[in-house]
Amino acid sequence: MSLIREIDYGTPASTSETLVTLNVDGFDVTVPEGTSIMRASMEAGIQIPKLCATDMVEAFGSCRLCLVEIDGRNGTPSSCTTPVSPGMVVHTQTEKLKKIRRGVMELYISDHPLDCLTCAANGDCELQTQAGVVGLRSVRYNVDANHFTPQVRGESNFRYMEKDESNPYFTYDPSKCIACSRCVRACEEVQGTFALTIEGRGFESRVSAGAHESFIDSDCVSCGACVQACPTATLMEKSVVEIGIPEHSVVTTCAYCGVGCSFKAEMRGDELIRMVPFKDGKANRGHSCVKGRFAYGYASHPDRITKPMVRESIDQPWREVSWDDAYAFVADKFASIQKTHGVDSIGGITSSRCTNEETYLIQKLVRQGFGNNNVDTCARVCHSPTGYGLGQAYGTSAGTQDFDSVEHTDVMVLIGANPTEAHPVFSSRMKKRLRAGAKLIILDPRQIALVRTPHIEAQYHLPLQPGTNVAVVTALAHVIVTEGLYNEQFIRERCDWDEFQEYMEFVTDLRHSPEVVEGLSGVPAEAIRGAARLYATGGNGAIYYGLGVTEHSQGSTAVMAIANLAMLTGNIGRPGVGVNPLRGQNNVQGACDMGSFPHELPGYRHIAGEDVRNIFEEEWGVTLVKEPGLRIPNMLDAAVDGTFKGIYIEGEDILQSDPDTHHVAAGLAAMECVVVHDLFLNETANYAHVFLPGSTFLEKDGTFTNAERRINRVRKVMAPKNGFADWEVTMGIANAMGLNWTYTHPSEIMDEIARTTPSFAGVSYDHLDEVGSVQWPCNETAPLGTPIMHIDNFVRGKGKFINTEYVATDERSGPRFPLLLTTGRVLSQYNVGAQTRRTANVIWHEEDVLEIHPHDAEQRGINHGDLVSLASRAGETSLRADVTERVAPGVVYTTFHHPDTQVNVITTDFSDWATNCPEYKVTAVQVALATGRSNWQEEYDRQAEQSRRIEHDGELIHGD
Amino acid sequence: MATEAKLIYMANQIATFFHSKHHDEGVAGVAEHLNKFWEPRMRRQFFELIDAGGEGFDELVIEASATIRRPEPVAS
Repeated sequence: MSLIREIDYGTPASTSETLVTLNVDGFDVTVPEGTSIMRASMEAGIQIPKLCATDMVEAFGSCRLCLVEIDGRNGTPSSCTTPVSPGMVVHTQTEKLKKIRRGVMELYISDHPLDCLTCAANGDCELQTQAGVVGLRSVRYNVDANHFTPQVRGESNFRYMEKDESNPYFTYDPSKCIACSRCVRACEEVQGTFALTIEGRGFESRVSAGAHESFIDSDCVSCGACVQACPTATLMEKSVVEIGIPEHSVVTTCAYCGVGCSFKAEMRGDELIRMVPFKDGKANRGHSCVKGRFAYGYASHPDRITKPMVRESIDQPWREVSWDDAYAFVADKFASIQKTHGVDSIGGITSSRCTNEETYLIQKLVRQGFGNNNVDTCARVCHSPTGYGLGQAYGTSAGTQDFDSVEHTDVMVLIGANPTEAHPVFSSRMKKRLRAGAKLIILDPRQIALVRTPHIEAQYHLPLQPGTNVAVVTALAHVIVTEGLYNEQFIRERCDWDEFQEYMEFVTDLRHSPEVVEGLSGVPAEAIRGAARLYATGGNGAIYYGLGVTEHSQGSTAVMAIANLAMLTGNIGRPGVGVNPLRGQNNVQGACDMGSFPHELPGYRHIAGEDVRNIFEEEWGVTLVKEPGLRIPNMLDAAVDGTFKGIYIEGEDILQSDPDTHHVAAGLAAMECVVVHDLFLNETANYAHVFLPGSTFLEKDGTFTNAERRINRVRKVMAPKNGFADWEVTMGIANAMGLNWTYTHPSEIMDEIARTTPSFAGVSYDHLDEVGSVQWPCNETAPLGTPIMHIDNFVRGKGKFINTEYVATDERSGPRFPLLLTTGRVLSQYNVGAQTRRTANVIWHEEDVLEIHPHDAEQRGINHGDLVSLASRAGETSLRADVTERVAPGVVYTTFHHPDTQVNVITTDFSDWATNCPEYKVTAVQVALATGRSNWQEEYDRQAEQSRRIEHDGELIHGD
Repeated sequence: MATEAKLIYMANQIATFFHSKHHDEGVAGVAEHLNKFWEPRMRRQFFELIDAGGEGFDELVIEASATIRRPEPVAS
């Protein structure tokens, strides 16, 4: 292993298809038109000295180090800003150039401290390297006017600025800055936040966060792009400052959101020094966010439990045991439960945080070992309606595009998704395209950042009432059909024409008109009409949507309504268009693909199909049950009813993440054996009888499948702190149950998946190592995978138009609960926060707060920052109020990252009609000033504290 | 909601969606949905309610119940 050093070509690649040949230092080079001389030279293997250029941002031409001479042209143009032309003859190293470069370098170094040996960037500094490259041997200037000495001739140096250590993850040391502007441009061009600027002019030019603020007080979102762009130690990871530079690196995949960014885990021995986004990562193209880039500290957090523990009942303290004892305990308990209560009385839940291989094993354990189909995944509570809705309309349960597709999009429709918070790296790519002129339509009850953000303003924001997605999306279709804006040729060729006729009849009815829907949704009819016209006529239209679509009583219907829109306008089957569900967690897509739903085997094949069952029966040597199993909410209902008694939960914290906490708690409390397999004693573990310590993504091999169906490798960079990778733990249970699994590496699990699942037939670790990643289907006809689906035909054959009648949710506001609560996420925290709350990210979000409109706040006498009670028919909790116009009057909003608020005590048992995906996005609530925490919060804390006691060497300690 | 009330509620939600289809297609749709996605004990509880008169169920659900698979009785 060695440190992966990616080639910096100096300027971004050109996408032109016209090729140009030039000569550099006697060598012919052929490159796309529009390529810079600098990049062309690098492609020929000739590295032109440079400081202000890097291929993550456009050329700037300020450092004057990359000058070249060109035959027949005057002067010494900068190679980064000069495009190639046919027959051009370039000289990169002449006596004249050498002299100029040395002079330039001498000036740079004259205003830079010569503390290289003790500098954090020692060995990883471009200034140091370039000084060597140009052969600088002495600096003749010794100037008092400098930026790096705190004092000059005994007086304080007014040009000197102290280090800014305000960001928890990186430092800004102005004394090392060469004002190359790479950080400023990275913040603009790559991240799109515009938090940085150059203040002052000439010698006074300084990098500044905001208007001379500290980084933490500025608009900086801590994505790390500036740190990556910085050629010196000016912007530097604190981990490198503290530990030193890394010596080897391994490419792996982030374990946070569904974007699935590729990172180089840069190591020194088995210590992780930093995570650096990998330029060849096809999901992120070298970009990152604060979570993936910096928030990995939870992996070494002292709260991690590393020894298996058991107890007979949940009022007892935990007792540490050996792995074999823990496995035997589980196997015995489950066997005895099944003996008493029947084969169907136990089940398993896997998580979108697990790898594909782990998820595959859980469903295998349930089907082969438990002998039933009671397996589900947390995708149940996020994107199960996507699976059902897109499956019905198009024949497959996945997004249609790759992320690169956005570069060809003319009109983006963003529905119920907040990518700047939840999918930050993809949002940066969206913003880049929007700045280049693409148009934006947003359907969201809240004024999310993309409605108006630097250099971007949505053409239409339709601020609909929570629960009215189907009405508004169907109204968009109404406009497209009644105004004749639909793509008849596409529909005739690609869809079922008869079904379309019926759909026409349905959708043209006046009840779907924007004027009627305005009354239901609160969205002005003209805005609906304008948005529909823009989407239908504005060129390539792409729909991106999130949990604001799925987590409703009509979640599946809304997904179908979206599918209808794309078919109506022919926005399917080519780059720049499509229907793109943004997945919340890293492996939502993969968890669904791997057969973790109770009604289907891997590859979305219903369990009732005999042929499919046969494949797995042969592979596993058992007879499979053909009836569907219980879904998570059904499991909890059955538990309360006394027919479901045991559960194995890997990587999922249902007590915090699932709706109606009281009901979840009652279900868990009614079980005889709850097995939690996780990194920490999570909230669910309060009700567990067995705790099996888990391993982090840094400690195991596997694959994650991101929102674009891309299968990315997860690679082990350190030994598991708990001793075993998670797939080994599941295998431990299986073998204690007598299943004789013999996997020695996750690659063998993937081989089994490929053997049994046609859409994965071409996937293997060797193949992934070779090509980096593939998007399924990956098989004989598509060995490199399938970036865009439904190109010539829909997977199901003809696209299916489905009538999408709006039905008001029964969860509506009334006199007792006059406000509607909707929920979401923030950038710095992830899901239930188990990981991010155990990192310095808490500096950005210490607690969940309740957003409430000033009008609603005033009526209740609530001021910003007041503790308020939030109550629904399900329960009550207390949290602080954030009085803001981001939410409309009548709507309140909060996040679910913290267990001490536990907003799911408020959410109800209403769910999507087709999939039982909970209606997280609409709860009728009342808000009032609170005198303290709710009784429930106090009681919960007491129970949690008691439940987390661990008996250790005869003493009781408290796990956390 | 108690499990029984919830089952009625869920079945009616499914029926509400299928009301937007032609009647026969709607009946078939409800039946197919329950057959595909409802675990046997849920269908068992469902039939207990249907057999007891089907009070509270949408008429489409009642009609569909004729083609919903009756699960095997529980082995005692």
